[in-house]
Amino acid sequence: MPKLTVDGIEVEVPAGATVLQACEAAGKEIPRFCYHERLSIAGNCRMCLVEVKPGPPKPQASCALPAADKQEVFTQSPMVKKAREGVMEFLLINHPLDCPICDQGGECDLQDQSVAYGKGQSRFIENKRAVTDKYMGPIVKTTMTRCIQCTRCVRFAEEVSGIEEIGAIYRGENMQITSYLEQAVTSELSGNVVDLCPVGALTSKPYAFEARPWELKKTPGIDVMDAVGTNVRFDSRGRQVLRVLPRINEDVNEEWASDKTRHAVDGLVRRRLDKPFVRRKGKLVEASWQEAFAAIKAAKAGSSVAAIAGDQLDCETMYAAKALLAAMGSSLLEGRQTGMDYDVSSLAAVNFNSSIAGIETADAILLVGSNLRWEAPLINTRVRKAVKRGARVFAIGEELNLTYPVQWLGNDLGLLGKLPEAVTEAFAKAERPALIVGGGALKAGAQGATLALVKPLGLIKQDWNGYNVVHLAAARMGGLMLGYAQKGGIADIVAAAPKLLFLLGADDVDLTAFDKSLKVYVGHHGDAGAAGADVVLPGAAYTEKPGTYVNTEGRVQFSDRAVFPPGDAREDWAILRALSEVLGHKLPFDSLDQLRAAMTAEVPALGVGGLAGYAWSAPKLPAKASGPVGYPIKDFYLTNPIARASDTMQRCSAELLHGQSFAEAAE
Amino acid sequence: MLDDKDRIFTNVYGFQPWNLEAARKRGDWDDTKALLARGPDQIIEDIKASGLRGRGGAGFPTGMKWSFMPKEPKPGRPSFLVINADESEPGSCKDREIIRHDPHKLIEGALVAGFAMRARAAYIYIRGEFIYEAKVLFAAVEEAYAAGLLGKNAAGSGYDFDVFVHRGAGAYICGEETAQIESLEGKKGQPRLKPPFPAGAGLYGCPTTVNNVESIAVAPTILRRGAAWFAGIGREGNKGTKLFQISGHVNKPCVVEEAMGISFRELIDRHAGGIRGGWDNLLAVIPGGSSVPLVPAAQIMDAPMDFDGLKALGSGLGTAAVIVMDKSTDIVRAISRLSYFYKHESCGQCTPCREGTGWMWRVMERLRTGEARVDEIDTLLDVTKQVEGHTICALGDAAAWPIQGLLRHFRPEVERRIRERGNDGAMMEAAE
Repeated sequence: MPKLTVDGIEVEVPAGATVLQACEAAGKEIPRFCYHERLSIAGNCRMCLVEVKPGPPKPQASCALPAADKQEVFTQSPMVKKAREGVMEFLLINHPLDCPICDQGGECDLQDQSVAYGKGQSRFIENKRAVTDKYMGPIVKTTMTRCIQCTRCVRFAEEVSGIEEIGAIYRGENMQITSYLEQAVTSELSGNVVDLCPVGALTSKPYAFEARPWELKKTPGIDVMDAVGTNVRFDSRGRQVLRVLPRINEDVNEEWASDKTRHAVDGLVRRRLDKPFVRRKGKLVEASWQEAFAAIKAAKAGSSVAAIAGDQLDCETMYAAKALLAAMGSSLLEGRQTGMDYDVSSLAAVNFNSSIAGIETADAILLVGSNLRWEAPLINTRVRKAVKRGARVFAIGEELNLTYPVQWLGNDLGLLGKLPEAVTEAFAKAERPALIVGGGALKAGAQGATLALVKPLGLIKQDWNGYNVVHLAAARMGGLMLGYAQKGGIADIVAAAPKLLFLLGADDVDLTAFDKSLKVYVGHHGDAGAAGADVVLPGAAYTEKPGTYVNTEGRVQFSDRAVFPPGDAREDWAILRALSEVLGHKLPFDSLDQLRAAMTAEVPALGVGGLAGYAWSAPKLPAKASGPVGYPIKDFYLTNPIARASDTMQRCSAELLHGQSFAEAAE
Repeated sequence: MLDDKDRIFTNVYGFQPWNLEAARKRGDWDDTKALLARGPDQIIEDIKASGLRGRGGAGFPTGMKWSFMPKEPKPGRPSFLVINADESEPGSCKDREIIRHDPHKLIEGALVAGFAMRARAAYIYIRGEFIYEAKVLFAAVEEAYAAGLLGKNAAGSGYDFDVFVHRGAGAYICGEETAQIESLEGKKGQPRLKPPFPAGAGLYGCPTTVNNVESIAVAPTILRRGAAWFAGIGREGNKGTKLFQISGHVNKPCVVEEAMGISFRELIDRHAGGIRGGWDNLLAVIPGGSSVPLVPAAQIMDAPMDFDGLKALGSGLGTAAVIVMDKSTDIVRAISRLSYFYKHESCGQCTPCREGTGWMWRVMERLRTGEARVDEIDTLLDVTKQVEGHTICALGDAAAWPIQGLLRHFRPEVERRIRERGNDGAMMEAAE
């Protein structure tokens, strides 16, 4: 633990810390461009120069200099001031003066730091450099003349996303950052380079020229595009969410977000349901709320009612529906729309038990039927981190590029019963072995076979549970906690043939099985669910309602409302509450607070943020499994109604997955 | 004056063949086994005692550099010797002569030095433009393998040692040791941050020493003839012989081996046939390759040509590439050309060098033609100070020093041009 002084303040920092970290510990701000906590140290911007004694009589790059005992660091000395002014001047001589038309304006490191540390004037009277813009795909807009060559984007692509498609070409003042052959970057995390870029060289293409940062209302929220539960911030102006940025949460998403999380929000203003509809003579026609409710009442369902929850639903909606069904005398609830029927008698057995942050400490990992890169991109980056620390990864399934070396065992679940020696040996030696079961494996019935491996592979140790299930739906764990699961899955609902069926944002159900039921769709997008429904009740999307979500590791998180739903649409729980009165089963809550109180009274874990902490008890299941597994996600960018309505996601899908090319308009 | 018997490079002019047979006649590979039998520590002690300083420019004591390598390489983490033959400094042409006429001196040196630092292999990184030299080197290494001097049980010593020759692609920056390591690894040649130094984590993350060709090539002869012999030549702190490369306005440009500390006048008169037009015609000298500041005629004439002697003049020995300029030289243009070279060769990694070299060159070009204001001279000097010492590697310093040398000694000439052009005091419009 080196002890050193920074501007006379004595600090003690952990061994291996840098001088920059020591300065921060002492409360001194060190300007920087290339340095980033989560990337390797490049030391190339030279903005973080400080004076260090003992040492050579010149300023040192604090980001790369190890802190040592008895060092004296000066961050305000004349030498440091001069060095910073010099570097700032160099950075600005070839940087265009286009702040007024630059999207980074207002949140630009270069702007802020030139005000704080610059000289305020330029002595440069030559012509400025101009650089041609590079194509980086549908997410990242480039204005490369603004680039200051900090290489954060290059390091992100190489180190975090694992897609080495961004690099620097040429040298000296001609050095340029570009994507490989100027093609689109094929990473599903490419949007993060926009956040990383300290200047306006890489900006968000869908958000180009939309707003200034100071115009935006910032609301903390939870993402529902996958089951990771990425912590996000909704930036909205007026009634529209203009962009979504990640919030830092070390336990979940660190500070990254997938492209779908960031850019599906333009789907929130397209194909929206903003009026109730009722099917008349085979056609859905606009109706008033009263007419819609009357149509539901007319079904005289009695207790023959069921509810299917969609993938992006908040716990409050699911609880309200559950309470309504209970009042009507039914408990036919299901959330696994595609017909999965895995055992849920123990929630721990369908949970990501090692925790998302914990998986990066694993040293042997077996993936069973999971395309992790698409099913949970931010868990994939954690596994990649584990690999970089020396973990070995084996996988059963069709071969894929997961961005790290994987030993593919074959696409046959029968392998679970006779794992190759290489696997058993690696797991025997491992201190933190982990098994990751994907949605494909659950669907193919591998739950019993994987649970049977818990003992032989030694997955459970003191302080370590390496049995992990990756869910694909943000609503899944919350739904299971609220009882949205039948023993036989959705087949049980079909068998019950309910007179009245609530589709709560459920768009992936095979509705042909419910020909005889009155189908009521409560949701926000005109997708498959609404198209097949008899009554459509317009609800709120995830940015439009406060909600509780539980991610795949059982972490309870709360999201806030950023904007109000459009038109006649209402928050889903309020719709169900109003309907309950019409049906004569008035629900006992009049506000969201009352609803939450009732919900937490029933499931206390939903009232407390953080890991729900399910007790481990594995159900006894037949351990036989065989045959190939398929990956459930066929198109990463179009997995849910919001993404399908999004222009940006449609374009990503067409361009990155289906090889279409798009002409760019001249500016 | 160095006696012929004290010359190390006896075939520097290529009067004899370079091949192994001829090299053996010149004394190379003569009982190398016995040299190695002294043991690594003794070899390092001998090199330390000889006072050999690195011949690549910085002049760091070679023996001490070797001693930084781990005494017992860890399994799976071998040590490497990298030999820097990426000779790209304008004015330097000594390594080229060694490689094309006396390659076995280098290869034997690689074995001896590699053995002393317990290296598993040596990589010779040769400049891409050296096509003929690379051919010779490849052939010489092959000869040495065929004769059992390299590979398993190298030279019968019981030590396994390999030498690999790697051709560069023509980047000056790859002469910087860590950039060279990056380039060897197949990456873009950009200097690394130090620490960690190569002796701790170098090539492929393993302990590595990077040495200049000349430093390695003289090692076997020093060991054979004894440290005392080498230390008996030259001045205190600047021992031994050195290849001087004299170019420019002399009557007979040449590469010549001389004792360190020889005076400039003697060096030129004896070996280069004197200054073109006589000593009164001498304007200035760049004594150590393009990156050291120039020294005006009056100061250099009787100065000793070694590390400390030239440092006292505010310059440096560098690679001992002596660039002589007589009074016909447009000195501003000469330095401006060097500025262009550094602008062209900057790797672009760190800000001051990337942005500063281009700025400096552009101002230098305007100073050359006189299309500048007098106060821009001070701005330029300030910019060189903003580059110097703020960069990752020494290229920033190397780009700054020639300009600083020019402005230190020839400022009146620069100002004269501006006045003649009539630009003094004229107002210029800033770019927007």
